[in-house]
Amino acid sequence: MEQVAIADEVHEHHEPTSFISRYIWSQDHKVIAIQYASTAIAVGLVALVLSGMMRLQLGFPHAFDFISPSAYYQFVTMHGMIMVIYLLTALLLGGFGNYLIPLMIGARDMVFPYLNMLSYWFYLASVLVLMASFFVPGGSTGAGWTLYPPQAILPGTPGADWGIILMLVSLGIFIVAFTMGGLNYVTTVLQARTKGMTLMRMPLTVWGIFVATILGLLAFPALFVSALMMLLDHTLGTSFFMPALLSQGELSDHEGGSPILFQHLFWFFGHPEVYIVALPAFGIVSDLISTHARKNIFGYRMMVWAILAIGVLSFIVWAHHMYVSGMHPYFGFFFAVTTLIIAVPTAIKVYNWVLTLWRGNIHLTVPMLFAIGFIFTFVNGGLTGLFLGNVVVDLPLSDTYFVVGHFHMVMGVSPVLVLFGAIYHWFPKITGRMYSETLGKWHFWLTFLGTYAIYLPMHYLGILGIPRRYYANLSTDFIPESAQDMNVGITIAALFVAVVQLLFLINLLWSLRHGKKADPNPWGATTLEWQTPDTPPRHGNWGHHLPVVYRWAYDYSVPGAERDFIPQTVPGSEGHDSDTGETKA
Amino acid sequence: MAIALVLIALVIATVLFHIFSPWWFTPIASNWDMIDGTVDLTVWVTGFVFVAVNLFVAYAVIRFRHKAGARAAYEPENKKLEGWLTALTTVGIMALLAPGLFVWGKFVAVPEDAMDVEVVGQQWGWSYRFPGPDGVLGASDPRFFAGDNPLGLDPADAAGQDDILINGAELRLPLDVPVRVLARSKDVLHNFAVPQFRVKMDMVPGMVTHFWFTPTRTGEFDVLCMELCGIGHYVMRGRVTIVPETDFQAWLADKPSFADTQAVAAREAAAGEVHYATCGACHGAMGEGNPLMNAPRIAGLDKHYLARQIDNFRTGKRGANPDDSFGQQMAAMANVLPDEAAIASVSAYIASLPHQRADADPSLAGDPRRGAGIYQNCAVCHGDQGQGIWNMGAPRLAGMDPGYMATQLKHFREGIRGTHRDDQHGQQMVAMASILGGDQAIDDVIAYIATLQ
Repeated sequence: MEQVAIADEVHEHHEPTSFISRYIWSQDHKVIAIQYASTAIAVGLVALVLSGMMRLQLGFPHAFDFISPSAYYQFVTMHGMIMVIYLLTALLLGGFGNYLIPLMIGARDMVFPYLNMLSYWFYLASVLVLMASFFVPGGSTGAGWTLYPPQAILPGTPGADWGIILMLVSLGIFIVAFTMGGLNYVTTVLQARTKGMTLMRMPLTVWGIFVATILGLLAFPALFVSALMMLLDHTLGTSFFMPALLSQGELSDHEGGSPILFQHLFWFFGHPEVYIVALPAFGIVSDLISTHARKNIFGYRMMVWAILAIGVLSFIVWAHHMYVSGMHPYFGFFFAVTTLIIAVPTAIKVYNWVLTLWRGNIHLTVPMLFAIGFIFTFVNGGLTGLFLGNVVVDLPLSDTYFVVGHFHMVMGVSPVLVLFGAIYHWFPKITGRMYSETLGKWHFWLTFLGTYAIYLPMHYLGILGIPRRYYANLSTDFIPESAQDMNVGITIAALFVAVVQLLFLINLLWSLRHGKKADPNPWGATTLEWQTPDTPPRHGNWGHHLPVVYRWAYDYSVPGAERDFIPQTVPGSEGHDSDTGETKA
Repeated sequence: MAIALVLIALVIATVLFHIFSPWWFTPIASNWDMIDGTVDLTVWVTGFVFVAVNLFVAYAVIRFRHKAGARAAYEPENKKLEGWLTALTTVGIMALLAPGLFVWGKFVAVPEDAMDVEVVGQQWGWSYRFPGPDGVLGASDPRFFAGDNPLGLDPADAAGQDDILINGAELRLPLDVPVRVLARSKDVLHNFAVPQFRVKMDMVPGMVTHFWFTPTRTGEFDVLCMELCGIGHYVMRGRVTIVPETDFQAWLADKPSFADTQAVAAREAAAGEVHYATCGACHGAMGEGNPLMNAPRIAGLDKHYLARQIDNFRTGKRGANPDDSFGQQMAAMANVLPDEAAIASVSAYIASLPHQRADADPSLAGDPRRGAGIYQNCAVCHGDQGQGIWNMGAPRLAGMDPGYMATQLKHFREGIRGTHRDDQHGQQMVAMASILGGDQAIDDVIAYIATLQ
């Protein structure tokens, strides 16, 4: 493998010497990963505070003067967009993708380190532009995270003059950042795998991130053009999405545009986006379960094919977000079928996680607790997706709190539980320190139980018919008093969960300095990142010689082996060959 | 181990919550029982999977949790098991999908004999139109939107002349008659939803969307907007009343046709001068208002707003509350006007009077800078210069009496004005005024309005 030989020469990688080149303008994938992750977590905390303020209004209407209807809709919008794009996407791909891809496939770095560095700085710029929108006249946009025109750019929606412009510009910059990072991840996976690391020997974490990145590279352009077109509609008066309509009592200058065109473009991005978040989480959780159950992932090859199938299918289900949008009703037949088909590979993944636990040797470590918590919430959120995906069942539930409960369970809580599990899993490698196991477990229990208390009741409020995105429910005959009591309960649970996250921050920050020194491979894991000569890995990752891979990533508890794991770097023909599917004992 | 017990407890708690939760579908009032059936089927299938998978996980954790000396099994694949699970899942999915698509097939096929009704959404209210005796809805186009033609009907289209317009809070529909709803929006996306009917559809400017249902139960039902449409989204309310067909016909016969509304609109302002004599005694010859009589300035208000308020006073939607003594006086005076034509002409006359700013009120103690922040919520309807926006039914605020406006805000907040069920705009003001925390906030926003030209 020629490319490996070149990359193996150590002098190719000059270790940076100054503070600035090491930590600020760094081209080291590990530093960039930490920059991405810290920024994403910081901006995620902003979004967490925003959700707390929304819940205050819903639980205790009018108790807080500063939460006016405009402010409420601004909080809703910014919370959603930050969480989906600037936290989840950035943390899973920019953070974990950056850190883990080179280490897990045995590369010294990403193939384009300079581009990788630019990717982070563009991401940071997009975050700053987004944050600036809180401070412009009129404030940030309150159009809802879906930014549907015409209302997103018309008076009557908060932030219709400046807030929406900054939002669209920020998204544009984010997509540029993502593209630079994404091209890097894909190329690195395809070109820089070390000797012996065939595609079918890659850990599922890498598979999840790899396929998610391809989805992102294909899906984000749809968001990019729709943002650009809306920007033109707003600033130059074009009419891509704007029909003739009344605004402020006067006929607008627009004519002939289609609001539904925007929705198609948005969801052509928006649905794959669900899997851009979900697939890395699927991959990571597979590795967490396997490692901490000391058992090979069950049905590895099926898992890879399921990831690929989900990736492909995710591009032909988008209009299930639009069953009541006014698009031609016959579309409903097609999109309901594709949407429910995607449930099959998704269910296979769930079965295989569960079957990995079966006959395992389950260590209930903090990462494992989060992984099991994920299975529970993901099963719950996935099953409620069968309501909303099946077109006619969606009719009464669309635009109600059922939808809010569903997507928070499936793409809010579930990936976040995986993220926490992943941080607890790789923290010893990243920092060289252990964290407090006790605090980590408290963090898990309170977060897991707290979030379930938030989102389970929301489904029932939705079945009752309570609309989402309402500043207040006012008096409505079919809504009983008890629904408001439930809203109070949900608010208390939400504030509780928000405060609990302090345990996580305190644990990490304290352990950074005071944690006990970590063993290089504290979990007894097989994958390459745990086999580095230094912990944390130094610049270039592997010292003088790149690792060579002899086996798949899941040789746990191989019969006859001395220890209950065989790292990928250990030669030998015993175990399973994931390239051919044959097993030798 | 704890996690296994907690999973079992959560499964039990979820099932119990499902069984005992007081929150479930509202009793259905349309023909779409089949939709409820598909939901029930989905609940059973997904409920079974939820319980089975999670209990299996719990059992696996209990049985295979780490014990000293234990070792996991080594089983990379099991093609037979994987095949079975895939097949079973596929069968389960088909069992959900087939009935779903069957019912959707019913939903997309509108019955031949369905009655048409048009629903028009706008920020933040509803209006309706029936096709009239000819059974055909006349053409409409955004360029015809105007105060006298709020639905934008084409005046030249003969088919539209007999269309019956329902401008207000309530739509009535006949029991057991299939209805095809043709939905249209004047400005942004909206969604016409009645939870008891189960079906809903977005309304999109630039196109007409549709859906159908048959009301099966008499009664009154809330109409909610279910597509985010700006900051008044949550106050965009209406009411559908289902009545026996004969009652429906009687109700409809009473409503004006498009041609009728155009005739009323053509009333000359001059004809209103006679009627205005009574008004002028309190409101002043030029409508400038008289604080001593507690009569606010009315010159500068839009004629449709004036006509609606006079009608509200006459029909008890305003000025009926004993805590609103001046409103009660006005209700008595409004009844002096003989008919709709008189209301239309006197409103047109008042609207023709020159607008002048009210005098500054030295008793105002508000802080206009703080008020500016609050006013952002008002501006979406009343305009950023307080000029009023006809389409929103929102009157001019700039230059009007500060003291009067402050009193009205308090009345809205305290439910003295705007709580009548047919006063759609009043209800919105009640909701909006409730965000004003105390009298200081009212003083602040009035002080800001006083700075607007």
